[in-house]
Amino acid sequence: MLSFLAPVADAVADAAAHGGGTPAWAMLAYLASGVFFILALRGLSSPATSRAGNRNGMVGMAIAVVTTLVTHDIANIVEIGIAIAIGAIIGIVIARRIAMTAMPELVAAFHSLVGLAAVVVGWAAYLNPGAFGLLTDAGIGAVSKVEMGLGIAIGAITFSGSVIAFAKLSGRMKGSPILLPGRHVINLGTLIAILVLTGMFATAAASGTMPLIVALTVLAFIIGFLLIIPIGGADMPVVVSMLNSYSGWAAAAMGFTLGNTAMIITGALVGSSGAILSYIMCKAMNRGFLSVIAGGFGADASAGGGGPVEQRPYKQGSAEDAAYMLEQAESVIIIPGYGMAVAQAQHALREMTDLLEEKGVEVKFAIHPVAGRMPGHMNVLLAEASVDYDKVFELEDINSEFAQCDVAFIIGANDVVNPAAKTDKSSPIYGMPVFDVDKAKQVFFIKRSMGGVGYAGVDNDVFYMDQTVMLLSDAKKIVEEINKALD
Amino acid sequence: MDFISILSIFVLACFVGYYVVWSVTPALHTPLMAVTNAISSVIIVGGLIAAAEAGSDIAKWLGLAAVVLASVNIFGGFAVTERMLAMYKKKDK
Repeated sequence: MLSFLAPVADAVADAAAHGGGTPAWAMLAYLASGVFFILALRGLSSPATSRAGNRNGMVGMAIAVVTTLVTHDIANIVEIGIAIAIGAIIGIVIARRIAMTAMPELVAAFHSLVGLAAVVVGWAAYLNPGAFGLLTDAGIGAVSKVEMGLGIAIGAITFSGSVIAFAKLSGRMKGSPILLPGRHVINLGTLIAILVLTGMFATAAASGTMPLIVALTVLAFIIGFLLIIPIGGADMPVVVSMLNSYSGWAAAAMGFTLGNTAMIITGALVGSSGAILSYIMCKAMNRGFLSVIAGGFGADASAGGGGPVEQRPYKQGSAEDAAYMLEQAESVIIIPGYGMAVAQAQHALREMTDLLEEKGVEVKFAIHPVAGRMPGHMNVLLAEASVDYDKVFELEDINSEFAQCDVAFIIGANDVVNPAAKTDKSSPIYGMPVFDVDKAKQVFFIKRSMGGVGYAGVDNDVFYMDQTVMLLSDAKKIVEEINKALD
Repeated sequence: MDFISILSIFVLACFVGYYVVWSVTPALHTPLMAVTNAISSVIIVGGLIAAAEAGSDIAKWLGLAAVVLASVNIFGGFAVTERMLAMYKKKDK
């Protein structure tokens, strides 16, 4: 009855004949797994479909793992089961316990694991090429060795780079850039050396490859470290996205080595995902990708902005003043930044939103693409505090509304509201898209003190505008005081 | 599979990735990173093969190590994504 499918089955069998012994159904299963991963990302186009998307991802992963286990010798299934169980317990415990504010460092830590896994798999394939069907008459084929070498190199860079990013994001290492003299020459030289070693590794006779692959691995670990240490804290959204991309390319390179469709599709998806996020982040800062990667931004806080900053008069207010003005307003736009995350002020802020809405004030949130330490960081924190996502807007969707809004409420953000980005060509942040808070009738600016002037080290004219009231305090504390006054 | 077939799949998948990722709403960029993290751990397949096949003891242990690392990521990544996505909601009105 299904005889019309015979040509398809023949084609599949034919494909499998070239697949190094992988049965046809297994190759189809890996393909299905890749399709489920595509659907997983597709689901994220809206919060409503996102959870179904995540389930698709799990299904895809289950298919890939089961297919691999079934098609291979499962003599030591117990050991493998234990290995998976150990990983599962660690992973789930971390995922349950992690605070939402710590998400950037968690993601960096996870990236490092993918990178390390790629290195380890690459080495396993090098040591036991027969298991992966990589053996030809003359040892491992040259193309396989190039793929293997690149996979190990990208994996190692991802690993050590992510470890540094993790250390910086979690405060275990100072966030400010560490600049080595002649670092560009060192980095470029190391990268070239890695490529040359890969070429030598691919063409060397089987007996002489060991020192080459060792050198390759070590150099790649070093370059990952060197690439990230000169990059400062606020450029971390780009770094985290970039490492996300690398972890994808590492998986793809391994997919090439093993001829595995699921790995190649996933690697390509993750690689492009990270690349697109890096692009969005760079564009939101109006900076070239290369200049971010070259690092050093924000190393010298006194530079830029045109000479020493003179003391200018500003108005300071209290929580009661703010509560009074907020109550009277018809519309309020809240602009959260990294400072809100540091102060953990999202829950207090949600409470303030609720109180204001009870009084008939319309409250919206405006989020800059680079607010926080990773893409979408602010959105997750607001979601954690149960802020309705319909009230949260992106820069381009809300920027025209500042001219009509009564109060702009800036909490823990600075550079993203600095009008110098629009007017001052000498400013280091010139050209960066910013919120037009200067058009709002009234501005409340929550800031710890007048001392620090944002990450870019630029003074902000918004502080000194007639309609601006500075609320100099810890973000969470002052919002709680406002809530008390509103109640 | 021959190199050209693999390369074809790879190039086409890059394009699929490009269009799919641009359609992701910016509000979900953090969950996007978490879930891409989880799925890139499909590299566990390589670890499983190395762990299962005879031929080299070191390769077997490396394989098992890769399985542990990738499992942390798979379970941790999907679980944390699920946790984040559960928080995105509209208020019942």
